Amino acid sequence: MSTASIPNSSLTPGFSPEVFEAFLQTRDEPAWVTEGRREAFELYQQKLAEPLDQEEWKRVDLRAFRPGKFQLRDDSFNAGNLGTLMLDRADFAGSVVHVDGHYARGSVSEELKARGVLFGDLATMMREHGDSLQPHFATRAVQAGTDRFSAWHAAFWTGGTVLYVPSGVTIDEPLYSLIGLAQDGAADFSHTLVILEDDAEATLLEETSSATEDAAGLHVGAVELLVGRNARLRYVQLQNWNGKTWHFAHQSGRVGANGSLQWTVGGLGAKLAHIHQDVHLDGRGAEGQVNGVTFATDRQVLSYYTQQSHHAPDTRSDLLYKDVLRDKARCVWRGMIKVDKEAQQTDGYQRNDSLLLSSTARCDAIPGLEIEADDVRCTHGATAGRVDVEQVFYAMCRGLTRYEAMHMIVQGFFQTVTDRIPVELVRDTLDKAVERKLGIGE
Amino acid sequence: MATLGIIDLQVSVESKPILKGVNLEIKAGEVHALMGPNGSGKSTLAYALAGHPKYEITGGSIEIDGTDVTGLDANERARLGMFLAFQYPVTIPGVRVADFLRHAVTNRRDPERKEGENLMPMREFRTELKERMTELGMDTEFARRYLNDGFSGGEKKRMEILQMAMLKPKFAILDETDSGLDSDAVKVVSEGVNRLSGPEMGVLIITHHERLLEFNKPQFTHVMLAGRIVETGDASLAAELHANGYATVRERHPEEAAEELTEQEKSLASV
Repeated sequence: MSTASIPNSSLTPGFSPEVFEAFLQTRDEPAWVTEGRREAFELYQQKLAEPLDQEEWKRVDLRAFRPGKFQLRDDSFNAGNLGTLMLDRADFAGSVVHVDGHYARGSVSEELKARGVLFGDLATMMREHGDSLQPHFATRAVQAGTDRFSAWHAAFWTGGTVLYVPSGVTIDEPLYSLIGLAQDGAADFSHTLVILEDDAEATLLEETSSATEDAAGLHVGAVELLVGRNARLRYVQLQNWNGKTWHFAHQSGRVGANGSLQWTVGGLGAKLAHIHQDVHLDGRGAEGQVNGVTFATDRQVLSYYTQQSHHAPDTRSDLLYKDVLRDKARCVWRGMIKVDKEAQQTDGYQRNDSLLLSSTARCDAIPGLEIEADDVRCTHGATAGRVDVEQVFYAMCRGLTRYEAMHMIVQGFFQTVTDRIPVELVRDTLDKAVERKLGIGE
Repeated sequence: MATLGIIDLQVSVESKPILKGVNLEIKAGEVHALMGPNGSGKSTLAYALAGHPKYEITGGSIEIDGTDVTGLDANERARLGMFLAFQYPVTIPGVRVADFLRHAVTNRRDPERKEGENLMPMREFRTELKERMTELGMDTEFARRYLNDGFSGGEKKRMEILQMAMLKPKFAILDETDSGLDSDAVKVVSEGVNRLSGPEMGVLIITHHERLLEFNKPQFTHVMLAGRIVETGDASLAAELHANGYATVRERHPEEAAEELTEQEKSLASV
């Protein structure tokens, strides 16, 4: 059965058992995948009846969220007008574009294919390389049973970007993935799966975007980053939905011995976003760096629940989130460093700094440590402050307008985190994104 | 000729009157020294001229070339040619000196520029910045550093003079620019001021010390006491104050001296 032969009307709003069955009819995938969906859907229904984990959700108000208003699309929508901050600004070794949950277009260089690299959309990859993906997909990093959102995602995932890099293969040019939402009320359940075998190296830049400012959207996503021994992955996700999109995601990275994961998160868009982000350092000497740049305005709520889990000795984690808030926006960051008993000589660091541009914005930063080993160095910190009026006055004395001064101070505030990002395109993109959000620039 | 007029200026900070009617006129090409004991209102005058919102102008006016700028924001005054070299320059982390100055210089040269409009061409700006830095004996690496972040006291003061050199103001107020500097640094700063102070710029040097005045000889020296300018003389007055302190000034102006004493007692009582 091909997806194109099913008329659009086969799917209706909501996520009821009837919708689920109709959804399965639109899919053409291996039996183990369908089986996984059925199990996950059962879990989803169970989890819906249970309360969410208070520790994770008590600061995020979901009362206005109506899942029944959103629907999966089984048509791929040609959205040529998706605004992207990165796609046209660099040469990529490959790109994948999804719109409304479905693969729309993409490319990958012949050279990469010849080196055994797989890069493409998850739905096709499952049909063509299902056996290779099965051990990695939703087993090691993001599991269906974590909560209602992970189960919901596992039952209904539609597409997503897959990158598989064989052992010893190094990709110098970045790869690019765009997740778009176009039609009003569309739901995107995309699943990003990156597998780097031992000694492999790659960079994947991913961004989310809405075709229009006023189409309501829903993203229930998952990101799995599997970094092998001595492998190096740089992954960027720039969340840039419109202000009418709900964004929920489970994102998890696992790093093998002496491997390194550099993970950069940009949180700019969405009405409400809650991201459960885990970094697991599994092998001796593994390293994880997390850079977060978030900028919330109007009544946006951006929430991050981060965990840095040290499971092996000599592992290092370093997390820095910087939030700027304006208007009545709200940011929540709840961070945890966990160190297992055997993970001696680990070095864990987490920090969150918030800059409030208005007295009506609010931020909550709650760092935490759970340490079972006795020979470790773990530190954390959080600061929150307003723009210093003396800084603004100083800049104004040099001819900058008040807004210009504020903007410069905001960009300066983010600079210390963007300085950590080695990919120039990403630094530039974040600068541009911040400028747009501030209302200057193009 | 460009003229900065300060006419019967009265300024309060948190409703407390500090300046009680200051009159001063500075023309391009002139160097004025403003001296006076601590608490006499020198820095208040500097901040009020620059347009700090905390310094409330309750009477009188500030005019640039006959235009009343009393109601203008600091950035508008800066674009018209007002410049304050801060006694304590502010640090702005993450903002590179070059980026900051390129915005500032563009706004100064194109006062009508709106935010987001073109900045002056990078190449032109860089060349000019490099020249000014070399003249001030500054490592050009400073252009890439974050504004005043981790700078020593002397480096911050040089950065103020660099900004002045780039902005080419009509009127520069140097608020204790020589404090905390060793004599070599004072010389560099003075040379910088000298180079700029020619016929195009008027300078008001606020200082406790004589060192800056040795290099930048004032045509006028003003002495402030209890929020008023009580005496005006030439360079020799500055030398006299430096040698003898303010005792004789207080003797010559018993009314203001008494006022100064009352204010000190009040502020002590409120501690």
